[in-house]
Amino acid sequence: MSKTVYRTCPTTGLRIDLSAQALIKANAVAAVVFLAIGGLFGLSVALTRWPAVHLLPADWFYLALTAHGLDVLLLWIIFFEIAVLYFASAILLNSRIAAPRWAWAAFALMLGGGLVTNVAVLQGQSSVMFTSYPPLMAAQHFYLGLILFAVGALIGCFVFFGTLVIARDEKTYQGSIPLVTFGALTAAIIAVFTLASGAIILIPTWLWSIGLVSNIDPLMYKLVWWAMGHSSQQINVSAHVAIWYAIAAMLFGAKPLSEKISRTAFLLYILFLQLASAHHLLVEPGLSSEWKVFNTSYAMYLAVLGSMIHGLSVPGAMEAAQRARGFNNGVFQWLRKAPWGNPAFSGMFLSLVMFGFLGGISGVVMGTEQINIMMHNTLYVPGHFHGTVVAGTTLAFMAMSYLLIPLVFQREVAFPSLAKWQPYLFGLGVAGLSLFMMGAGTLGVARRHWDITFTSAPFDFNYPPTAYLLMGLNGMAAIAAALGGLMFIVIVVKSVFFGKPVRDRITLAAPSGQPISAAVASYGSAGTLRIPGTLVLVGVFFTAFVLYYFVNWKYLSEVWPMR
Amino acid sequence: MSEIEPAPDQEPLRIPFMQRVLDNHFLLLFLGVVVPTVLYIIWGILELVQIPVAP
Repeated sequence: MSKTVYRTCPTTGLRIDLSAQALIKANAVAAVVFLAIGGLFGLSVALTRWPAVHLLPADWFYLALTAHGLDVLLLWIIFFEIAVLYFASAILLNSRIAAPRWAWAAFALMLGGGLVTNVAVLQGQSSVMFTSYPPLMAAQHFYLGLILFAVGALIGCFVFFGTLVIARDEKTYQGSIPLVTFGALTAAIIAVFTLASGAIILIPTWLWSIGLVSNIDPLMYKLVWWAMGHSSQQINVSAHVAIWYAIAAMLFGAKPLSEKISRTAFLLYILFLQLASAHHLLVEPGLSSEWKVFNTSYAMYLAVLGSMIHGLSVPGAMEAAQRARGFNNGVFQWLRKAPWGNPAFSGMFLSLVMFGFLGGISGVVMGTEQINIMMHNTLYVPGHFHGTVVAGTTLAFMAMSYLLIPLVFQREVAFPSLAKWQPYLFGLGVAGLSLFMMGAGTLGVARRHWDITFTSAPFDFNYPPTAYLLMGLNGMAAIAAALGGLMFIVIVVKSVFFGKPVRDRITLAAPSGQPISAAVASYGSAGTLRIPGTLVLVGVFFTAFVLYYFVNWKYLSEVWPMR
Repeated sequence: MSEIEPAPDQEPLRIPFMQRVLDNHFLLLFLGVVVPTVLYIIWGILELVQIPVAP
């Protein structure tokens, strides 16, 4: 076994295994490359769905939509999550990383698999969408690439678990693992279920594509595939919540209001979050209402409870830390005096707010069997998940990147003025995307159709004029989001490859007088519940939640009048 | 491990049961895989296999 080489981060005081650092860099760079590719395809999809522009012909549209889903929903997100897992284990626990050669093999499998699947899509014979429902059949290497990617990511998860074991055995931490690492553990556990489900359904589908299996039952496929397709987005939720806690700790020295409560909230994720996959099958006739309602309502509400706890705990922790620093005037001085010009903070806070208001509330609405029927398989669904995965996860990952660049890549963030505005432009664009798609979906606009005017269709059908307006606004919002995404890519590439080296301690934002490692890499609660500002924000959230939920029941009563 | 090493003049500190559960990462992994596998996948598959095949 080769000797582990460490450096000590001058800013955080954390001991960093250079093998882990190299792996974090590789996975993060790969993630950003796939974000750039997937984002470009996403822009072309939105511009095609803008009736006045209608950019791509039908075959290119479905190709671009498949590539967009693949590159951003799977590759960008999971590459970055593997980087987060290595950061939260090896670095936050001051440990060496387990089996770095296996970790590199995992990276190679993920990269190879991602490239093979992209090639299959670009060759034009695999425009089967991200979901790839049979009997639509893609090229063999489309499935093979996905399987290689899933196996690689699974190995990466076990490297994370191995690192936890090493850190415990070598006593690199005392007591329980830090909350951020616990959040990453939650993400890794959900990832094991997710990736195993993906392998279980994609291997027979691959054999079907090469003629060794005669038939894949479409409903069975949907059931097992969604255990991967939706749960992969639950890895994101756990990972980005862990990142919220990490950024709050690194910028404010914030500790969770209660370790017990926050860890219990993560436990609710571990037990119940994956069950939300069932909402994709709410209109399938072959499954009972008991199965549907239990999985999407009773059990999933426990996971929603977990999210609401984090929604209180993260801003509450920041408020407690700010008040401890003397920002005690009124209800919101702590928030006004927050470092809004620091993209790590602004990105994180926008992610927190938009995930709750856009993705969270709409997710509960869609998880309710009765009201789901109004927007099932409409554009409302991508509206919802752009609120969770893009506004929530992607923005949080972007925010974290602004800390990883100086701390792990040891480079200054390039174009600081551009970086200051980037989360706002991206966030504004994504909020628009999410809202306008949900609005169009409420008017019945189909989720994936190339042309909402139905040109050349045998029967006339017209959506209300408002739907056209919303699709145009959606296209404009996509341009804003794409510009924000482009700014992020330019900043990251310039910083990482051509940036000025960081050698000394840097000030992250709001130093609390204690080492950053003490807040982010240790166990302990804030020990106060004096958070009036957060309670007001939570009250606003609950009011919006209740109103929107019941407005949808009102809509349902109008759709289906009982006389 | 259910106890933290105490300082020489202190009683051993009992770790609460729930904290021991949350510190057992492989138990959490087991639960996180088994619960959705049973409630979502196995229950769902049992319902699908009971659908009669069309004549």
